[in-house]
Amino acid sequence: MATLDDYKGQTPAWCPGCGNFAILKSFKDAVVELGLAPHQFTIVSGIGQAGKFPHYLKCNTFNGLHGRTLPVATGIRLVNHEMPVFAVAGDGDCYGEGGNHLMHAMRKNVNVKLFVHDNQVYGLTKGQASPTTHEGTVTKNMPFGVLSEQLNPMALAVALDCSFVARSFSGDQEHLKAIIKEAVNHKGFSLVDILQPCISFNKINTYEWYKQRVYRIEPEYDPTDRVKAFERALQWGDRIPIGIIYRNSRLSLEERIPVIHDMPLVRQSHDISKLGGLLKEFY
Amino acid sequence: MDYSIRICGEAGQGIQTVGDALSKVFARTGYHVFTHQDYESRIRGGHNFYQVRVADRPLTAARDRIDILVAFDRDGMDKDAAYVVEQGRIIYDSGALKQKFEGPKFLDIPFTALSLEHGGSRIMANTVATGAVLGMLGMDMGILLNIISDTFQKKGEDVIKANVSAASAGYDFAVKECVDCSFPSAVRAEPKMLIAGIDAIGLGALASGCKFFAAYPMTPSTGIMNYLAGKAEEFGIVVEQAEDEIAAINMALGASFAGVRAMTATSGGGFALMVEGLSLAAMTETPIVIGLGQRPGPATGFPTRTEQAELQFALYTAHGEFPRIIFAPGDPEQALYLTNKAFELSEKYQVPAFVIFDQYLADSQWTHAGFDMNQLVYTDYRLRADSLNGLTDYKRHAYAETGVSPMAVPGESRHVVVTDSDEHNEDGHIIEDAETRKRMVEKRLFRKFPLIQKEIKPPLFYGDAGPEIVLVGWGSTYGVIKEAVDALSPPHPPLGKGGMRGGIAMLHFSEIFPFPGTEEFDFLALLGRAKKAICIENNATGQFARLMKAETGFEFAVRINRYDGRPFTVEDLLGELHGHIG
Repeated sequence: MATLDDYKGQTPAWCPGCGNFAILKSFKDAVVELGLAPHQFTIVSGIGQAGKFPHYLKCNTFNGLHGRTLPVATGIRLVNHEMPVFAVAGDGDCYGEGGNHLMHAMRKNVNVKLFVHDNQVYGLTKGQASPTTHEGTVTKNMPFGVLSEQLNPMALAVALDCSFVARSFSGDQEHLKAIIKEAVNHKGFSLVDILQPCISFNKINTYEWYKQRVYRIEPEYDPTDRVKAFERALQWGDRIPIGIIYRNSRLSLEERIPVIHDMPLVRQSHDISKLGGLLKEFY
Repeated sequence: MDYSIRICGEAGQGIQTVGDALSKVFARTGYHVFTHQDYESRIRGGHNFYQVRVADRPLTAARDRIDILVAFDRDGMDKDAAYVVEQGRIIYDSGALKQKFEGPKFLDIPFTALSLEHGGSRIMANTVATGAVLGMLGMDMGILLNIISDTFQKKGEDVIKANVSAASAGYDFAVKECVDCSFPSAVRAEPKMLIAGIDAIGLGALASGCKFFAAYPMTPSTGIMNYLAGKAEEFGIVVEQAEDEIAAINMALGASFAGVRAMTATSGGGFALMVEGLSLAAMTETPIVIGLGQRPGPATGFPTRTEQAELQFALYTAHGEFPRIIFAPGDPEQALYLTNKAFELSEKYQVPAFVIFDQYLADSQWTHAGFDMNQLVYTDYRLRADSLNGLTDYKRHAYAETGVSPMAVPGESRHVVVTDSDEHNEDGHIIEDAETRKRMVEKRLFRKFPLIQKEIKPPLFYGDAGPEIVLVGWGSTYGVIKEAVDALSPPHPPLGKGGMRGGIAMLHFSEIFPFPGTEEFDFLALLGRAKKAICIENNATGQFARLMKAETGFEFAVRINRYDGRPFTVEDLLGELHGHIG
């Protein structure tokens, strides 16, 4: 059984006090508790502070391009659907640059778990607005404030019938660990939006700001009711719900491809003996 | 025997059906066939044609001259009839065209009336026309009848019967009415294989063990996806239509990372979106094969037409410096073997490999005696479970003498496989230091490149052994240049009245990058000895000529370029050549 020691990775290059440390800790705890060993799963990450995440633990890693985590993760899953595949991206990476891929990953329902480090700001490029930055926020390159409305990823996901829609908060590690485990165990595309402060560039959405607002969704809430889920997804402001907002049991993309029904593609060898008959149709 | 039969009309009138049926009949009869298509970017209407050239000797290109024109629309009379030769015939249905044409070339065949009378439906006017052409050629109907039964097998006996009856009606009508027609046909021979360039690329991918294909549909590359999707179940291939080309290349890279051979295909506009993914393939050293079907640009350009103007794009695009492999087959046979070689080298050296083609090669069908599938190679270069578990240590990007690090399949052993689009160390983790960066550049680029270059075959040489004139081409111009060389070689008279009495030859480049060396065959010396070297390209600026100059210093005295979105025909090229060497 893997232990936390097995997950020791490179030394993080994040700012001291960054919300990412808590996410990393919760993630390691979750995979250890799930009994996963480092070689048994793959993390696909993008670019930004979140993109460095897989280097700071130990696992199969494809640290790809900004915004492109989900297509890479989709390719991996279709080739090896017995291996859990996680995508780790920031709000800019996933809701901005890779918005189109997010929409279609939800539609396809590829069984990838997407963990979005949502700090409502661009960290690595030093403080520009992200899709989840509040409208009106003044930044260095937006002196008149953000003119676009804040993206609501939870409402977007419920609208697209995303298979698993949840939010957590880096300041509530127990909750975050539990949600990560729920997402991993869910069969189908899972979006986990993780609220986290950016201590260097986001002076509005601080630990205090989140702490005053987030609340755990009550246990009697039924996440399978899509209409109620949409209502809950819209809640943002004085009170911000964390927990599983919506889930359904749609068949995953992998389950609907007959070619990989019996065996993952990666284990299907190339059968040269079958090639002879291929020319027949051209006569 | 060397006839060109052009079927023209609006999109949706069944031009393709007639062309496909005729070419299949000819190939099965044992004749040599070359077909090409010219169509507009629309599903209904407009004016298109499908041209079938048939002969009793090998064919590799299209001609302008038409022997039989099947005109389904009035535009055909304005646009195509001029190409019909003196003894040729134009067959049409005056009822459908609402006009009667007078003259010795015209033969009015009531396609629609005969189809209603014998087939029971006007849809079968195509079948009547197909039968009529075979009647004019005095060919046996048996093969067409077999093709009809195969085609309509699923639709039932009645549909087969109706079509057989319609075909026979067209055939009989032509035999009776085309009394002074003179289209003698050659004796039958061994049935030949008829294959289009695009199918040959698909076949090459399948035969090379491609297990994953992701793409966004784009002419003229979509046929590869269609071919592989048709084989998906039988051969275990996952074909994924991505939301865009960016996703397509990233999916293919994910699949390749996960342990299978993967491919994507597109045209220039889609490839523009894939460019960052190409760079990602290079940095992560993830093998990928990219099918690039060129079409006339810039921007949307001519979506359904042909051009060779994406060579420089494929050569130089993507940020950073890294090796890549570029092949440009000239015919379906080369397409098969070069697609195979692209898969092989891409995986062996962990670099991106291109198969570039164009609408002309994609849609053209050629007859071949067959392909030798035993010539195809397959080596699995990945480390899988058994070979991996024995290793005490594994580094995805380990320095190696060859620059090629061991490529493990993630999840198959206790070793983790780590790669990164950032500059990384041997383990695959992000680094910032100068020394590692330098070593990694040397590993990826300087160590691999000379080894890849050694795998590249010299250009194909054809014609006179000591030529005065050398015609040079790459990719899809192979066939037409070859026919031009034939037409200007003995027993035909040479070109020009003056000094050009020496021979003519062709140099055809299909393995384009890394640029072939001269060790095996000194083509530069050959070019140097020739009085005139002419570079023939289906683009405006001579992209290959530019590459040749950059790589070898050799400069062509003459360039012949066609850039109107149409392929060179034999007459066209000969006409141009007369201008330069006549």
